[in-house]
Amino acid sequence: MTAGVKRETLIWGVVMLLGAVGLLGHALSSPLGVGREYVRAVPLANGQWTQYDPATYGEYLGAERAQPGQQVVQLSVPRTIGLWFAAFCTLAIFSFLYADNPFYRVAEHIFVGVSAAYWMVIAFWDVIVPNVIGKIWPGLVQGWAMPGLSGPEAERNLVYVVPLVLGIMLLWRLMPVGGWIARWPLAVIVGTTAGLRLIGFLHGDFLGQIRNTILPLVVFTGGAFDFWGSLSNVIIVVGVLCCLTYFFFSFEHTGVVGKAARVGIWMLMITFGAAFGYTVMGRIALLGARIEFLLDNWLWLIDPTGKRAIATVIVSLFG
Amino acid sequence: MGAFLRQEWWIVAVFIASLLPLVHVLFTGRVSALRSLDRRWIFLLMFWAVLLPIYYVSSTGNVLPEVPGALAQATFDEIEKLSPGDPVLMAFDYDPPTTGEMAPMATAFVRHAAEKRLRMYFMTLWPPGAQMIDDTIARVLKPDFPQLVYGRDYVNLGYKSGQEAVIKVVVTNLRELYTTDVLGTGVQNIPMMDGITSIQQMKLIINVASGTPGTKEWVQYAVTPYPNLRIVAGVTGVSAPLYYPYIPRQLNGLLGAIKGAAEYEQLVLNRYGGPNPNPKYMEGLRRMAPQLVGHLLIIGLIIVANVLYFTDPARGRR
Repeated sequence: MTAGVKRETLIWGVVMLLGAVGLLGHALSSPLGVGREYVRAVPLANGQWTQYDPATYGEYLGAERAQPGQQVVQLSVPRTIGLWFAAFCTLAIFSFLYADNPFYRVAEHIFVGVSAAYWMVIAFWDVIVPNVIGKIWPGLVQGWAMPGLSGPEAERNLVYVVPLVLGIMLLWRLMPVGGWIARWPLAVIVGTTAGLRLIGFLHGDFLGQIRNTILPLVVFTGGAFDFWGSLSNVIIVVGVLCCLTYFFFSFEHTGVVGKAARVGIWMLMITFGAAFGYTVMGRIALLGARIEFLLDNWLWLIDPTGKRAIATVIVSLFG
Repeated sequence: MGAFLRQEWWIVAVFIASLLPLVHVLFTGRVSALRSLDRRWIFLLMFWAVLLPIYYVSSTGNVLPEVPGALAQATFDEIEKLSPGDPVLMAFDYDPPTTGEMAPMATAFVRHAAEKRLRMYFMTLWPPGAQMIDDTIARVLKPDFPQLVYGRDYVNLGYKSGQEAVIKVVVTNLRELYTTDVLGTGVQNIPMMDGITSIQQMKLIINVASGTPGTKEWVQYAVTPYPNLRIVAGVTGVSAPLYYPYIPRQLNGLLGAIKGAAEYEQLVLNRYGGPNPNPKYMEGLRRMAPQLVGHLLIIGLIIVANVLYFTDPARGRR
């Protein structure tokens, strides 16, 4: 690393540090403070449980002014910790843009671990319990996890023993002996998926796209010649034929075939350019959403949806 | 703009200060410095290109005018022509990483369906999708449409694993997989599930999808084999070009990326927004200013990079 680059890094680091200190100072000195989460306690009909719905800081201040010390709208410590942790993870992931670092790795590992656990829990409660155990032993599931299960949906269906056995066979690969047993359900999965996708692509894409390309080259709308409609259809038909010609290798790409293939390449390039443009748009949108989260939900520097407007009025009036 | 600069001078000062080293590098190194520019400067420029417009729009409340295109109009019309009480499937196949693009569409779709008093059947093919559905219900239906009752006007059927196989099943027999809703209530105890046995009974499928399984699978396994079904979709920018070939026969409306979301939001606001539209329903519109500045930056960088490439005296020798 040259001295120039080191100096540049130092300057950049100092500037960003000053910016961060300034940002934090601005947030802490503002009358509303920084990110906190509030909840409204809503008793459920059974009288035993309480549901906590999101509330705003303004609602909290209003409730406190009406009845000091009330417990209906409260500061939610767990949700506030979650908010700050989300902000930390966002900044930690962003930090990779500068260079790989321990904060990025911590956030990355948390993401992987939480995702795996989330998928496992969801799969257990949303699939294995209702769709496997619930089909084979409905009474057990009804008494244990799903009291609402009744009627024809609660009847025993022994066909589901087959996927249960296949699932157990798939897990057999974890055993020290008999690993070949797992290959049978794997073969069923591969065969079923291949068949399902083949039908889907043949019907939805191959045949569907041929049908979608058979278009009138001269379009009349309301009895009058539609120039733009006709041009659009001509471009679609010519574009498809030229792109197909480009991928047609039984003839040498010379003469008419060569010219059509060249038009096909141009069509493909335009398509790639459009796809790149769309990708840029998507990535900027995602970056914008995270920046808005940091400035709005976390630092309370902006309030695009006006959720703290009432709080601002109350604080300015009553301090 | 002048008032904004006076009031928020500090962020402008931080912006200028953060770029001073770049200016110094460019002035001392000139063209050769540009050719070997550290890519992190580009990251920083993009950061500011997105942050400053967000800050400006949020501080002033000004959004860029949006003219809806034909696809957004077709999407809007598909929902608008339905009658109150018509059942619609809200298939939310996305997860938190893409909420920046998907949430504005989901919010606008649910708001539009609620304004039309359609019966909404939420489901997802993505494990975190159930949470996305809950978030949208909490954001739109509970605060702004308290008259709509869970189980009578909308229901969250939650997630089922199996990807396209789930579509293949529910399109003929919904209750084979969905015996309860996401809360564990038996479907026979949910009033709006009376008489609903398959997805074919839905008047429209509204799909918000950020990948696989998503819109492509709904087109392949639901709409193509059962042409009476109609579908509109909101998709990410990365995947949007894949769906254009399905329009209009297999896909009746498409919102591509945040631009599509903003156009659709504008149409919903024009029809249902009133004189003082709720900023909660303008998320896509707010994001168009950072899109504009970000795209100008990208275009500028592409032009500069090409000029540098074609004027590089060492180009021919490499």
